[in-house]
Amino acid sequence: MKIACSISGDTPESTIDSRFGRAPRFLIVDTDSGEYRLIENTQNLNAAQGAGLQSAQNVINAGAEAVITGHTGPKAFDLLSSMNVKIYYAESVTAKESIQMYKNGTLKAAQSADVESHW
Amino acid sequence: MVIAIASGKGGTGKTAVATALALSAGQPVTLLDCDVEGANDALFFNTGICLTHEVTVPVPSIDPAKCVGCGSCHSICAFNAIVVIGKTARVYKELCHSCGGCRRVCAYGAISETASPIGQITKRHSGNVTLLSGELTVGKAMSPPVIREVKKYPRDKGITIIDSPPGTSCPMINAVRKSDFVLLVTEPTPFGLHDLVLAVRAIRMLRIQFGVIINRCDSGDDRVENFCSTEQIEVVMRIQEKREIAESISRGRTILDAGSEYRPLFAALLKKMIARFGMEE
Amino acid sequence: MKEIVIISGKGGTGKTTLCASFAAIASETQSAVFSDCDVDAADLHLLLTPKVVRREEFISGREAGIIKEKCIACGKCAEVCRFDAVLHKAGAVCEIDSASCEGCGVCVHFCPAKAIAYSERRCGEWYISDTRFGPLVHAQLDSMAENSGKLVTVVRNEARKIAIERSADLIITDGPPGTGCPVIASITGADAIVAISEPTLSAKHDLERIIELARHFMVPVYVCVNKCDINTQISDDIKDLCRINQIEYLGGISYDRSFTAAQIHGKSLIEFSRNSAATEIRKIWQKVLERINTNIS
Repeated sequence: MKIACSISGDTPESTIDSRFGRAPRFLIVDTDSGEYRLIENTQNLNAAQGAGLQSAQNVINAGAEAVITGHTGPKAFDLLSSMNVKIYYAESVTAKESIQMYKNGTLKAAQSADVESHW
Repeated sequence: MVIAIASGKGGTGKTAVATALALSAGQPVTLLDCDVEGANDALFFNTGICLTHEVTVPVPSIDPAKCVGCGSCHSICAFNAIVVIGKTARVYKELCHSCGGCRRVCAYGAISETASPIGQITKRHSGNVTLLSGELTVGKAMSPPVIREVKKYPRDKGITIIDSPPGTSCPMINAVRKSDFVLLVTEPTPFGLHDLVLAVRAIRMLRIQFGVIINRCDSGDDRVENFCSTEQIEVVMRIQEKREIAESISRGRTILDAGSEYRPLFAALLKKMIARFGMEE
Repeated sequence: MKEIVIISGKGGTGKTTLCASFAAIASETQSAVFSDCDVDAADLHLLLTPKVVRREEFISGREAGIIKEKCIACGKCAEVCRFDAVLHKAGAVCEIDSASCEGCGVCVHFCPAKAIAYSERRCGEWYISDTRFGPLVHAQLDSMAENSGKLVTVVRNEARKIAIERSADLIITDGPPGTGCPVIASITGADAIVAISEPTLSAKHDLERIIELARHFMVPVYVCVNKCDINTQISDDIKDLCRINQIEYLGGISYDRSFTAAQIHGKSLIEFSRNSAATEIRKIWQKVLERINTNIS
């Protein structure tokens, strides 16, 4: 399966970017093959509103079935959930480490958004 | 003739002045309450609503049968209100600014517009005054569409008085634009002066003539008078701080009810405006 | 760390005045950060006398501008504009009224001559300052700018960053008037709203809207009434309103001309006077602190 990790760097050794909506990039990792690719997310950097939704669109269209990030707002959370994409929160770990944590079962799927909407 | 009552600071007495002016006119007047996030003029008119008009904004509606997921609507949307997942576009109407771009750009006829309610306009009559109040539904974010709708609503020609929201940003601008004259209501305090300076700057950029009313003129110091004098701004009225006025207003009675001296003052001000601008809009 | 936001619905009930007094009391025993989210008519700095340490431009959205040399005066921009922002007289080059321009970019897209520039819009400035009570984040929108709430969000986010860096106990936020975008942006995710009202029909009417807003955005709200003695009947009505809505009424503050005198001296009431209004404010603040420390989220 594919997992999307929000990052501001550009390799699996990059730290998870805590902001789902405004992370410049996502690392899409195929957990079966180990392959990964980057997708850009820079359309959001200056967005006043709706950044989370745009990120959600990008990761869903990239085929991700799970997202690892720092925080999501309610709209992004609902959109991802409606497309059966699971959300996991992780901080201060690299993308590679977070995938390992996912495989070990130490990441728990989030039940709800954890930050408020930004207006 | 259209006169707008505005201020930088809230609570200086815009509604008190607007209602007093309207009721002292002695001839038919339309009063527009454009303070749609807190429309209070109606509290001063003890009369029922004779008409309610729903205010809506057009938001896009995607026909999934026609949508091919090309993403043109997503690309043109400057407000991130549309996402395209696979082959379907989805709209988040709370982010939509109703610009209509997505509908225009869709080559598949998949986007139509539906009316999304954001507020209402209510109409009341009391003596010579017709009151049109705009209200933004609580929880909705944007007031300018409701304000624009109140101003566009059919009304009799003649005297129109606009009670504007406080501040100097888009809600106030939408309320006062295209008026003949703006009355800026202020108070003689540091907050009053600071916000008056901001309001004056905005009104000057709009190139509308204006004058100042100093409310509670004896309650602070002379900084506002000095500013007006230096800037050659006309102070058209000074109202003293009187317990009778505060009590009257608190009970939903106008300044005119606080003492017999006020009606002739407001009537004279209105007459002066009519002489200057005429009755036509 | 907890954030308390002071709003009112109706302007002029005393948000900024109360915020400054809360700031004075809080800083006696706690580490606090302050933010002025009334970015349209910001006044808190007049009482906190800040020393600006950092100043940033606020760029938000875009605006359209006609490139005159390229314009073919076809009027297509006027035809597609939903915001009456285009002035087009037959045969003449079009003009865009920047106060009305919503920055949607539709005219830019449809102009057959590609004669419309679509540039970033500077909407204001924001500042981080030092004050005698603690750091203050504040801002000023440019004249006629859109007040979408984004600048409010920037101010709040910066205040939060500073509070985290300093391990501050509290963020105290002076909110804007009304119930629209800027107010919504100032309350989402806050730990408590202190709604300051006054005993007038208008303020009571607007308080009802604030209560509804607080419910809608799920933020606990507490009410106090300023100038409570100018109309005791309506003060009582407000207490009833609170009771019916199961909202706690924290107390009243008597009308006092010292508020204006303190403002003229650039001080909070707490620093200026020890009169009954000051005592009443202290009692209200004490209750606010107790409530936010017992609410478990």
